[in-house]
Amino acid sequence: MNTVIDTTDRRIIAATQGGLPLTLRPYAMVAAQLGLDAGDVMARMQRMLDSGAIRRIGAVPNHYALGFKGNGMSVWDVSDDAIKEAGQTIGALDFVSHCYHRPRHLPTWPYNLFAMVHGRDRAEVDEKVRHIAAILGVNDRGHEVLFSTRILKKTGLRIGPNRP
Amino acid sequence: MDARDTAIINQLQGGFPITERPYAEVAKTLEITEKELIERLENLLAKGILSRFGPMYHAERLGGGLTLAALHVADEGFDRVAEQVNRFPEVAHNYQREHHLNMWFVLATETPARIDEVLAEIEQKTGCRVYNVPKIEEFFVGLRFEL
Repeated sequence: MNTVIDTTDRRIIAATQGGLPLTLRPYAMVAAQLGLDAGDVMARMQRMLDSGAIRRIGAVPNHYALGFKGNGMSVWDVSDDAIKEAGQTIGALDFVSHCYHRPRHLPTWPYNLFAMVHGRDRAEVDEKVRHIAAILGVNDRGHEVLFSTRILKKTGLRIGPNRP
Repeated sequence: MDARDTAIINQLQGGFPITERPYAEVAKTLEITEKELIERLENLLAKGILSRFGPMYHAERLGGGLTLAALHVADEGFDRVAEQVNRFPEVAHNYQREHHLNMWFVLATETPARIDEVLAEIEQKTGCRVYNVPKIEEFFVGLRFEL
């Protein structure tokens, strides 16, 4: 589903995707930078928030810095019949940050359910993965946890200002 | 980090108002001054405890392309391939992971059609087969770290 956004919205996106200004009137500052009215900027951002074009406005903690050093991408081979229910159940767990149905690449890659699991260390992640396995029961036809050993790049998403 | 920083992080993971003086509103809830909230946010960002503060945009709803892809890279060539992959501006995140498929990256493109083009270019540059795993369905994205 796409949200209808215009050139002005795109300029607002380009100006704010790196962060919101830390000033008393942040939206007015964005508006001033872009030569727009503050009320217009707020109305447009509210509309993007309501439509889901903005997922949320807020703080993104660096989970490593907060002591969540265990970050495992758990991947599961779940039968296609069961994936929807499994995904909804696993996605609702409070230690799962992302949960997706993705395609297999047989024979190298048999996994179709991805759940990112966070914990203070690997042992905590492993314990949470066992918890997921218990929930999936017979629908767990095999799983692995891929721990990250290095961040090679992290610039975040960048959306261009001029795309039609 | 002290108790006030923790309260700020917990509060601001839940959302931020779109109003004329949003920091003042949040500060009131936290029973601190607007000035202190802004200063503490500056400090948390400077220290890297927060990686960002602001709106999180939904790339696909804005018409862009997004996918996750993996490579198997031999140990001896790993850093070189990482450099080749990272040089693509469309690569937003790239992680080394412990697995046969040991490099996992997120690709965000201006248009959905561009995804396949960039992946083909990455295959050509690196000589590694790309395993593309675009989402079929999203069940959940988000997370609150309760501190």
